[in-house]
Amino acid sequence: MKRYFLRKLLIYLLTFFIAVTIDWMIPRFMPGDPVLNMLAKAGSVHAEAQEVMYGYLTTAFGLDLPIWQQYLNFWNALFHGDLGVSVLQFPRPVVDVIKSAIPFDLLLLIPAIVLSWIAGNKFGAFAARSKRMDNTLLPVGYILTATPYMWLGILLGWVFAIILKIIPISGAFSYALKPALTWTFVLSVLEHWILPFASLFIVMFGGWAIGMRNMIIYELEADYAHYLEALGAPKRLIRRYAYNNALLPQLSGLALKLGVIVAGAMATEIVFSYPGIGYLILMAIQNSDYFLLQGCFLFIIIGVLLANFIIDIVFILIDPRTRLGMQGGAS
Amino acid sequence: MSEEKKKNELLFFALRNSKLKIGAAIVFLFVLFAIFGPSFAKYPLNEFVAGGPNPPSADYYMGTTAYGQDVFAQFVHGLGSTFIVGLVGGGIATLLGMLVGFFGGYKGGWVDELLNGVTNIILVIPTFALLLIMVAYLKLRGILLESIFIGLTCWPWAARAIRAQTFSLVSREFVDLAKLSGMGTLKIIFREIAPNMMSYLFMTFILQFGGAILNAATLDFVGLGPTQGASLGLMMNWATIGSALLLGYWWWFVPPGLAITAIVGALYIMNVGLDEVFNPKLREM
Repeated sequence: MKRYFLRKLLIYLLTFFIAVTIDWMIPRFMPGDPVLNMLAKAGSVHAEAQEVMYGYLTTAFGLDLPIWQQYLNFWNALFHGDLGVSVLQFPRPVVDVIKSAIPFDLLLLIPAIVLSWIAGNKFGAFAARSKRMDNTLLPVGYILTATPYMWLGILLGWVFAIILKIIPISGAFSYALKPALTWTFVLSVLEHWILPFASLFIVMFGGWAIGMRNMIIYELEADYAHYLEALGAPKRLIRRYAYNNALLPQLSGLALKLGVIVAGAMATEIVFSYPGIGYLILMAIQNSDYFLLQGCFLFIIIGVLLANFIIDIVFILIDPRTRLGMQGGAS
Repeated sequence: MSEEKKKNELLFFALRNSKLKIGAAIVFLFVLFAIFGPSFAKYPLNEFVAGGPNPPSADYYMGTTAYGQDVFAQFVHGLGSTFIVGLVGGGIATLLGMLVGFFGGYKGGWVDELLNGVTNIILVIPTFALLLIMVAYLKLRGILLESIFIGLTCWPWAARAIRAQTFSLVSREFVDLAKLSGMGTLKIIFREIAPNMMSYLFMTFILQFGGAILNAATLDFVGLGPTQGASLGLMMNWATIGSALLLGYWWWFVPPGLAITAIVGALYIMNVGLDEVFNPKLREM
C-alpha cells in the first residue's frame, strides 16, 4: 500500500515537473519579445524613455540571464509563490490577478461538475433497460452531450437575456455593485452565475447519463448478474450491484474529462464574460500577456493534478481490485 | 456459424436498427451538404457581398453577417472543415490510443507504468499551452494542421479507456489459456483481446470523431483556429465578436452550433445502434 502511494506520488511529481517546464517555455520561446510587446501596448512613450524601460523590464523579468539560470530562477520563484508581473494589469503580480479569479472558477466548476455527475449517474441508471426511457429520453442525452458548451451558453443567453430580458449575461455580478456581504450582492452573484452554471451542468449531465446507461447495460449482462437472476434475486438488488460496479468507470471518466471540462468552462466564461481563469486566458492571449498566461496554465495544471489525485484515492478506497491490480497481482 | 451467415445476420440487424438508420441518415445528409453545398452558394466565401446584416431571404439563404458576408457560404464550407477535423483528428487519436492502451493494459508492470505516466502527463498539460506556441510560430494555419494537432493531443483519452478495458480482459480465462498455449504478445492482443472489444474500439473512434469536432469548435471559438477559410467554430467566434447575440442576429450564431450538435449527436446515436448490432445481448430488451 505504501509502495503504491509512493509510486503514484512519483508519477504526479514527474507530471508536475514536465508540465512546469513546458509552462516555463511559454513566454521564452515565443517569437517576438514579450517586453517589446508590452511596451508597444503601453503606447506612445518617448523613445529614450522606452529604451530605459526596456532595459529595466528585461532585468526585472530576468530575461537577460543565461537560459539555465532563468530556468532555475523560475523554480525558485515558483516555490516563493512569485509568478512575475502581469502585463495586462501592470503592475499587479500575476498571483494576485489569478487569486481574484479563482473563487469564481470554484463557484462555477465544483457545483457544476459534482451535481451533474451525481444527477447524470442516477438518471442514466434509471433510464437503462427500460424500453420507453431508452428510446425517448436517451437521444436527448446524446444531443446534450454533443452540444458545444459555448453554443448552449449563447442560446441560453439569447433566450433569457435578449428575448425574455430576465437574466443579465455579462460579468459575475452587477457592474454597479462592489463586493460585499449583502443580500443585493449575493443575489446579483447568483443571477449572473445561473446561466454559465446551467450551460456547464446541462452538457455534462448528458455525458454522465449516457456513460452510466452504457456501463450498466454491460454490467447487467455480466455473469454475476445472470447468476443472481438465476438464484431468484430481486431485480432491484441486481441493478444496485450493477450500479455500484458501473460507478467505478464513471469515476475514472471524471478524471479523464477534467481537461475537456476546463476547456468547456473557458469557452463558457468567454460567452458570459465571467471573470474566471478561462476568461483571463483569453484576455492574456489577446494582449500577449505571456506571464499571466503562464500563471493561468500553472494553476490549471495544479488544479487538474490535485483533482486526479483525489479521484485516485477515492478509487483505492472503494475498489479493492484496483489495489490488487496496481500491486502487480494481475500480471 | 459460418462467416457468410454471420455477416448476413449482422446486416439483417443493422437494417432493422432504427437508431443506426436515423443516426447514419443524419450524418450522411450533412456529408452530402458539405460536398454539394458549396456549388449552391450564390456568393463567394467571406466576401463582403451585402452592405450589412440581412435576415435569411431568397437572395441570402441563411442571411448575412453583420459585415455583410453570406452565412450560407460560410456554413457549407464550415461543414466540410468539421468532417475533416473529425476524420483526421479522431482517426489519429484512436490509433495512438490503441497502440498505447493495448500494450500498457496487457503488459502491465513497468511498461504500463511508463505508458500510463506519459498518458497522464499529456492528459494533464492543457492542450492550449502547446497550441499557443504553435499558433505564435505559424502565422498561417489550416484545418488539416489543426486536425493533426487535435489527434496528437487527444489520444490519452482513448488510451486510458482502452487500457482499462484491456485490464479487465487480461485476467479472463481465455487470455490465460492463450498465454499457456504459448501465443506471442502481439497475437494475443490482436487475436484474443481486440476482437473481444471491437465494438468498444469502434465506440472509441466515434467518440473521438465527435470529440475532435467539439475540440476544434472550442479552439476556433477562442480564436486559436485556422486563419483561412471557414469553420463552424470560427463562425461562432465571429458572431460573438460582431455582437450577434446582443443585436439578435440569430441566423448567424444558431446554425453553426446546431449543425455541430446534430452531427455529433447523430454520431453518438449511430454508435449505440452499432453497439446493439454487434452485441447480441443488447438486441432484445
